[in-house]
Amino acid sequence: MNPQVPSDFEIFPVQASTVAADVDLLYISMVALTAFLCIVIPGVIVYFSVKYRRRPGVPRPPRMGTSLVLELTWTIIPFFIVIGMFFWGSHVFFLQTTQDPNALEILTTGKQWMWKFQHKNGRREIQDLHLPVNTPIRLKMASEDVLHSVFIPAFRLKQDVLPGRFSYLNFTPNRVGVYHLFCNQYCGTSHSQMVGKVVVMELADYQKWLGGFTGDPPEKVGEALFTSLACNTCHTGDTGSRGPLLNGLYGHKVQLQGGNVVTADDNYLRESILNSQAKVVFGYQPIMPSFNGVVSQDQVNALIAYIKTLPAGQDTGSAKNTAAADANGGVVMSPEDQASTTALNNASITSSEPSGDVRITSDSQALQTAPNSSDIQTPQDNTNVTSSSVMQNQDADTTAGEAASPQPTGLDTTTTTGEQQGVL
Amino acid sequence: MSSIDAPNPYQTQTRPQSQEAVFPLVNYLNKTGGWKSWLLTADHKRIAVLYLITTTLSFLIGGLAAALVRLELLTPQGDLLSADGYNKAFSAHGIVMVFMFLVPAVPAVLGNFLVPLMLGAKDLAFPKINLLSWYLYMIGSALCIYAIIAGGVDTGWTFYTPYSTTTNTNVISAAVGVFIIGFSSIFTGFNFIITVHKMRAPGLTWFRLPLFIWSIYATSLIMILGTPVIGITVLMVAVERLIHLGVFDPAFGGDPLLFQHLFWFYSHPAVYIMILPGFGIISELIPCFARRNIFGYSFIAMSSLAIAMVGFFVWGHHLFVSGQSPYAGVVFSALSFVIGIPTAIKVFNWTATLYKGSISFETPMLFALFFIGLFLVGGMTGLFLAAVGLDVHVHDTYFVVAHFHYVMVGGMMLAYMGGVHFWFPKISGRMYPEFLGRISAITIFIGFNVTFFPQFVMGYMGMPRQYHEYVSEYQVYHVLSTAGASVLGLGFMMPIVYLTYAWFFGPVAGPNPYRATGLEWQTSSPPVTENFLEIPVVSVGPYEYSQFKEDDEVVHSR
Repeated sequence: MNPQVPSDFEIFPVQASTVAADVDLLYISMVALTAFLCIVIPGVIVYFSVKYRRRPGVPRPPRMGTSLVLELTWTIIPFFIVIGMFFWGSHVFFLQTTQDPNALEILTTGKQWMWKFQHKNGRREIQDLHLPVNTPIRLKMASEDVLHSVFIPAFRLKQDVLPGRFSYLNFTPNRVGVYHLFCNQYCGTSHSQMVGKVVVMELADYQKWLGGFTGDPPEKVGEALFTSLACNTCHTGDTGSRGPLLNGLYGHKVQLQGGNVVTADDNYLRESILNSQAKVVFGYQPIMPSFNGVVSQDQVNALIAYIKTLPAGQDTGSAKNTAAADANGGVVMSPEDQASTTALNNASITSSEPSGDVRITSDSQALQTAPNSSDIQTPQDNTNVTSSSVMQNQDADTTAGEAASPQPTGLDTTTTTGEQQGVL
Repeated sequence: MSSIDAPNPYQTQTRPQSQEAVFPLVNYLNKTGGWKSWLLTADHKRIAVLYLITTTLSFLIGGLAAALVRLELLTPQGDLLSADGYNKAFSAHGIVMVFMFLVPAVPAVLGNFLVPLMLGAKDLAFPKINLLSWYLYMIGSALCIYAIIAGGVDTGWTFYTPYSTTTNTNVISAAVGVFIIGFSSIFTGFNFIITVHKMRAPGLTWFRLPLFIWSIYATSLIMILGTPVIGITVLMVAVERLIHLGVFDPAFGGDPLLFQHLFWFYSHPAVYIMILPGFGIISELIPCFARRNIFGYSFIAMSSLAIAMVGFFVWGHHLFVSGQSPYAGVVFSALSFVIGIPTAIKVFNWTATLYKGSISFETPMLFALFFIGLFLVGGMTGLFLAAVGLDVHVHDTYFVVAHFHYVMVGGMMLAYMGGVHFWFPKISGRMYPEFLGRISAITIFIGFNVTFFPQFVMGYMGMPRQYHEYVSEYQVYHVLSTAGASVLGLGFMMPIVYLTYAWFFGPVAGPNPYRATGLEWQTSSPPVTENFLEIPVVSVGPYEYSQFKEDDEVVHSR
């Protein structure tokens, strides 16, 4: 498939995301204002130039006074115009950066000179990115080397991709088609080859496309890594263990040596793996080796995905770092971004899913979910609610109840929002 | 050369009709001879001429690189240059044009020549430091040129880390070159500031200063406050490359965004270093050719200072999509919009100055009027980029390329061309050919628009900048752009040729060929080494054109 591009001399790229029309409207309005000024001001200049051109014999014009009224007029009017533009531009920006807590997260890695994507079920692709239409998407992006930038003109969005930290691009594609994906931050020799396609598909097609994949999802890979890198030998949670227990850590506040408190988000986990001495948890020694150069960006993603799946309060030692934080500064482990319906839906699922590890999706559909200790589900566990639910429901729809869970089949987002408590 | 008892030193002497201009027998150009007398000169006018020659050479080198870039982009495939070759070409274009031409051009050429003359002073406050700054410029430029010739630099002029700390091209010599050129800027800036404060002629109060002086003063403030930051930043890039000190590269524990903050903390104000002197030139040209005192003198003067100040608080608009906090983005957006106001004030005041004037259209005036039109587009599209939501789409696309070329070339370069033509008779003592001058101005205006207007459209369509190869749907815009660039190149070559010819063989200009006010026109053309035989005394403001009598005809003898 070739990207859908305007064939002729067009001046607008295709609108394929929910914010594209907003950006275009702002753009057109500002073009109109600019065109107006570019007619009026040069028009006045040309008029004056003709009318007051130098003629022989005409004496020099008299001295001109100043006019405070005029100066204030052309200071204050533009001021209000630019303030209006500022609010409008910022409004569009907030539309562009709004995060949907249920967004389908896709791991994105930039390296010289390719884009690597990994979908929720573990399926990877290079350069091209397949997406379901009308589904909130969040690209969780990092670079393995230098700066890159994801730029999808049809979505009117871009975001730089940095080494050493995660950045995010949030959007909802709303038009099926194939669009350009450019690297927009100069990254060396083949920068202009770091170009791919974004393929926006119907949800069912997307699931079909995903379905062919039988490998492990990132959290499975991470679980294996957690053992093979011997992380589990220190992060045991036993009394006196050398590393803090990681269960239930994700999304919560952690107290550090020296009294600072940070939220254990993607970037914190990443830094703690790659630059382990940077932020040491209160009560522990800075003895963890740095894994910089040992693990790849993909492996970091996998480890974080695994850590995210670790439920809170599972065993005896689980509260150790929590307790440390509480005891030293009274940090409250507040849940983040909780939908009020979460607990209810959670309860309904746990009632129907008595066992621990649950794959909610239908058999061949590879939207595996993480191990779910359903009996100890707390609201804290749901900080990473993903839109897999949408897919799950779709699965339930298409597979006529083959799925293990008796989910409602409506595709309405509000219904589905709370449905994926099995997914961490 | 006005005398102390003259009632108005800005006023030209009453001269008989059709007085034939005579080339002064003794002047700064011929007072002493030999290359040593030039290379060891402390005369601000000679140093200005040295800068004029060297920055013009830089402009030619940067223009050559631009020609390579535009030719390569004629087709979507990479056929003329290799990918690395292309990257080195656009990097050379950026580094040479920004650091070796745009930043020094107006202050170091016209500023050096005119600041003492406009102030009624004999020289700058520190003539030898002035010469030193030219040598620093030469050493730094030589290092940059060495970096470009001996293998090239492929980082772009922005040296973004961690690419610049990891690429195996000549980043270190280019970075050290930029560092040294920075000192040249700092010395020039502080020389101007002290000169303006201490060496004004008797009666030349602050609000009788020509607006060119106000803008050079504001520029100098930015130079001495901003340049040290870029200097130390590029030096840290060099150090990180040499000893792997972890400042910017996360692989060594650095922060990749830190570089962008430091870089743009200088480089955005540097945009105002480039354009503010251009505003100053326009503020001289328009009153002269409209025979009108400038409208809203103090508003134009203060808006220069406002731009210099607010310019330091807008750097974050280069980082809207870099990973800085969205809230920081919104704050920087607001500040970036605010800086549009003082700029708009200038445009309105220039336009108002034409009202009921007596306007003639010599080459400098044509450049000034074209400047207003192009700068209007450049400034307005700057507001597009200040709107965060819109910048997210057009950031680092050809929209941005078009925007800053409208400001840098359409704005600053046209103002510079206007200024060079306007003061050419003062610098060389001879007139430029008026007809060729007008043809050149019109050629540049047309060529410029054909080159850069399609880039706005292409950028909104999504064409990223710094692309060696591109998807074919953008080709039509690139072909237009390259076609325009050839016209533009022709337009710029014309003045280089005819001004060189006129320097030696042009008609003699006489002290004041335009019947302009301003102290620089009160001395011979070219001036004597001491500028003024007697220090002038000033009693009125700078643009009292209404006090002139009927225009005399000036006859320019060969």
